[in-house]
Amino acid sequence: MTLNAKIPEGPIEEKWTHHKDHLKLVSPANKRKFDLIVVGTGLAGASAAASLAELGYNVKVFCFQDSPRRAHSIAAQGGINAAKNYQNDGDSVWRLFYDTIKGGDYRAREANVYRLAELSVNIIDQAVAQGVPFAREYGGLLANRSFGGAQVSRTFYARGQTGQQLLLGAISAMNRQVDLGRVEVYPRHEMLDLVVVDGRARGIVARNLLTGEIRSFSAHAVILATGGYGNVYYLSTNAKGSNATAIWRAYKRGAFFGNPCFSQIHPTCIPVSGHYQSKLTLMSESLRNDGRVWVPKKKGDRRPPNEIPEDERDYFLERKYPAFGNLVPRDVASRNIKEVCDEGRGVGPTGMAVYLDFSDAIKRLGRDVIEQRYGNLFEMYERITGEDAYETPMRIYPAVHYIMGGLWVDYNLMTTIPGLYALGECNFSDHGANRLGASALMQGLADGYFIIPYTIGDYLADLGFEKVDTEHPAFKEAEKEVRESIKRLLSINGRRTVDEIHRELGKVMWDYVGIVRSEEGLNKALGMIRDLREEFWRNVKVVGSERELNASLEKAGRVADFLELAELMAIDALHRKESCGCHFRVEYQTEEGEAQRDDEHFAYVAAWEYQGPDQPPRLHKEELSFEFVTPTQRSYK
Amino acid sequence: MDLTLKIWRQKDAQSEGRFVTYQVTDISPDMSFLEMLDVLNEDLIRKGEDPVAFDHDCREGICGACGLYINGRAHGPLKGTTTCQLHMRHFRDGDTIVVEPWRAGPFPVIKDLVVDRSALDRILRAGGYISVNTGSAPEANSIPVPKEAADEAFDAATCIGCGACVAACKNASAMLFVAAKVSHLSLLPQGQVEKRQRVLRMVAQMDEEGFGNCTNTYACEAECPKEISVSHIARMNREYLAALLTSGK
Ligand SMILES: Cc1cc2nc3c(=O)[nH]c(=O)nc-3n(C[C@H](O)[C@H](O)[C@H](O)COP(=O)(O)OP(=O)(O)OC[C@H]3O[C@@H](n4cnc5c(N)ncnc54)[C@H](O)[C@@H]3O)c2cc1C
Ligand code: SF4
Ligand code: FES
Repeated sequence: MTLNAKIPEGPIEEKWTHHKDHLKLVSPANKRKFDLIVVGTGLAGASAAASLAELGYNVKVFCFQDSPRRAHSIAAQGGINAAKNYQNDGDSVWRLFYDTIKGGDYRAREANVYRLAELSVNIIDQAVAQGVPFAREYGGLLANRSFGGAQVSRTFYARGQTGQQLLLGAISAMNRQVDLGRVEVYPRHEMLDLVVVDGRARGIVARNLLTGEIRSFSAHAVILATGGYGNVYYLSTNAKGSNATAIWRAYKRGAFFGNPCFSQIHPTCIPVSGHYQSKLTLMSESLRNDGRVWVPKKKGDRRPPNEIPEDERDYFLERKYPAFGNLVPRDVASRNIKEVCDEGRGVGPTGMAVYLDFSDAIKRLGRDVIEQRYGNLFEMYERITGEDAYETPMRIYPAVHYIMGGLWVDYNLMTTIPGLYALGECNFSDHGANRLGASALMQGLADGYFIIPYTIGDYLADLGFEKVDTEHPAFKEAEKEVRESIKRLLSINGRRTVDEIHRELGKVMWDYVGIVRSEEGLNKALGMIRDLREEFWRNVKVVGSERELNASLEKAGRVADFLELAELMAIDALHRKESCGCHFRVEYQTEEGEAQRDDEHFAYVAAWEYQGPDQPPRLHKEELSFEFVTPTQRSYK
Repeated sequence: MDLTLKIWRQKDAQSEGRFVTYQVTDISPDMSFLEMLDVLNEDLIRKGEDPVAFDHDCREGICGACGLYINGRAHGPLKGTTTCQLHMRHFRDGDTIVVEPWRAGPFPVIKDLVVDRSALDRILRAGGYISVNTGSAPEANSIPVPKEAADEAFDAATCIGCGACVAACKNASAMLFVAAKVSHLSLLPQGQVEKRQRVLRMVAQMDEEGFGNCTNTYACEAECPKEISVSHIARMNREYLAALLTSGK
């Protein structure tokens, strides 16, 4: 099979319009003859479900939480980008496109990213009309801020809760369709397999998490919007339930997996405090505007921060990157923080942290100003650590935050399985090797509100109305496999808990498939992952039964998939013999120790095809050609 | 720290529940309350016993999934804090902690500490939205909103749908939750067109779900982790009356 990204012809600014003009349509009267399944109720899933139902399709929506409103998108803090140029500061669709492509270190598709920038403006209109209470100026118009080192103010926000407000907006649009009888919601349901009939996605098998019932749902097309898989690292800023199961099962049914190793590590999170740590909390990037990052010059210096004199401190980001200082991009900051901690200069009880110090800013601006800017973050920090960051520097450490990789999709957001679509964080599409701040929300909503409603019609128009009965052997077969794998998990009755093994997997991934990667480390990781998987299937202990609410069983299924996905991530990281964006291979760096891209050999999307259990996956390449921008090497010195 | 936990265990909605006492040792003050329960659950699993079921997801105080009744208080002793953001440093070595599910007629227990809060979603689906199809929105800045109104709407909109207000109320009233949504939308110009039918429908649904009446004890505001103000209840009452008058019912 050769990959066809279906990128439309023509100048970049006309591609999407032209494409839309030529997509096939389903007439209004015929739309109600089509059943669609949307898995996921985050920004991508909720916006898709609402918009598709508005068009007249019958939509079934699934999520594993007790309410669709609790999807992980709810936790996004900082904001959402849009090229409105309300600030008259020179922003434009082109500039947002350019920043996103460059930020992704030239590993994303130009046409997709341009469309994303184009649609960003419509998202804000839609959200405001739904009643999303964005921050406003005194004149009553929308406020913006600059985010993540962008040179323009294009980020829209609702205090530190932008994701919450956008999601509640999308959910309210979906709720309206539930009210009108066009969307049916299945909360506390987990998709455990994709059903493919005659090469097309025709439904899913899901487990009712309350009763344990395994049930098939048939549809004309299936849309996955199941979020990112940062939890493969055990500790991440993701919600505890975030997982890869839906896309992983789709991969095993034939959907190609794009750039699985591209995972973003956010530099400013609250450090791990102990073994029991269950998740990590992000501290907004904006803190680096006023906080100075430092560690002691001496190794193992255990003095409290205020007893370390100025000339014994190393402000390492300012020292190494005089031009950008503390504001270097996420990947650069994360890597440097890890480096100083590995040298033994980390601080705090575990030595796995650096200081983020506001004392200079407080001296310069006064405590009031700092409180106004970051009051809620300081409060959150104190809640979690019990420390007052006005008095003593914050301690921060990088944490896994976002996954750029995901199911490979074409320009229509269709995977390599006809009739299976992937939206939001679970696809690989727009962020290349590194995502810019405030652009995940934008992508999820662009996919759901404005892309899938157009592109899905093109597929359905040719498909015909005929339904596949859930008695079809493909459904029965999938149900059987799901039941068997649950039985197997429950029957092992070994000695180790799921969390124990998950923690161990997380450590392997963090150490070898994390901020810094090397051939040696990745090979080692591959062995360790395989051993751990073997250990899991031999020695895991899952209690309870399959006919009830059983969190330990749910977790076991997700970790079983992580143990397979982890291997693919390591394989992908090993094969990409270059450094780009988040993917830093020690062998490929410039003399100054910065990431060295290899455009000649690696300007492609790695799309992996499943070949069966214990078979190496097959690599397909989607070559990336840059017609409208010229790739340059990033420099922050 | 070493603690004694008295936890409500209930196999399913049909079974009778009861308190079971557990000991946990070596609890770090830096743990969150849910991490402390994780430690207990790991122990139980190792012993082959059924772990304690509780809802949670974000563990950042924003998804609204968690919600435990701790020592007689919804989300525990700390003001403005969800269960997942409550840390063990607020307890003392040797303490006995009583942990129960939300107790309210419209929130039946599913298992242990997990309850069914779907009634809240059904209220929101009864008109708790602005009817605007994708693609038909006007340019965002064509609808100026006074900053004060936007800020107040935001405050109301921060409700996380946890249900603590209901659990804290002796009448199991959902007024604060419903009022937060009514207020959020009616404070904004976009929400004006449907405001009358919205409040009527949402209140009708609230009654149908079996939530109790509000008798102004304000326990809801005191326990709301997002500190949503009861002034929204007053606004909803005004809206409701106005809507009744104009609808002639
Ligand atoms: C702490 C934090 C802060 C962030 N801040 C920002 C920010 O300021 N700006 C920004 O742009 N981005 C931000 N991000 C990133 C952004 O929030 C996410 O990328 C985005 O919300 C993902 O949305 P989604 O719709 O793709 O998936 P999610 O919101 O993750 O939704 C996934 C959905 O899929 C469902 N699901 C998953 N698996 C299954 C299954 N097997 N069966 C059934 N249902 C399933 C879940 O129930 C859920 O409904 C942040 C992320 C984090 C962690
Ligand atoms: S009003 Fe407060 S207590 Fe009630 S559901 Fe909303 S956030 Fe929870
Ligand atoms: S787990 Fe999300 S609010 Fe507590």
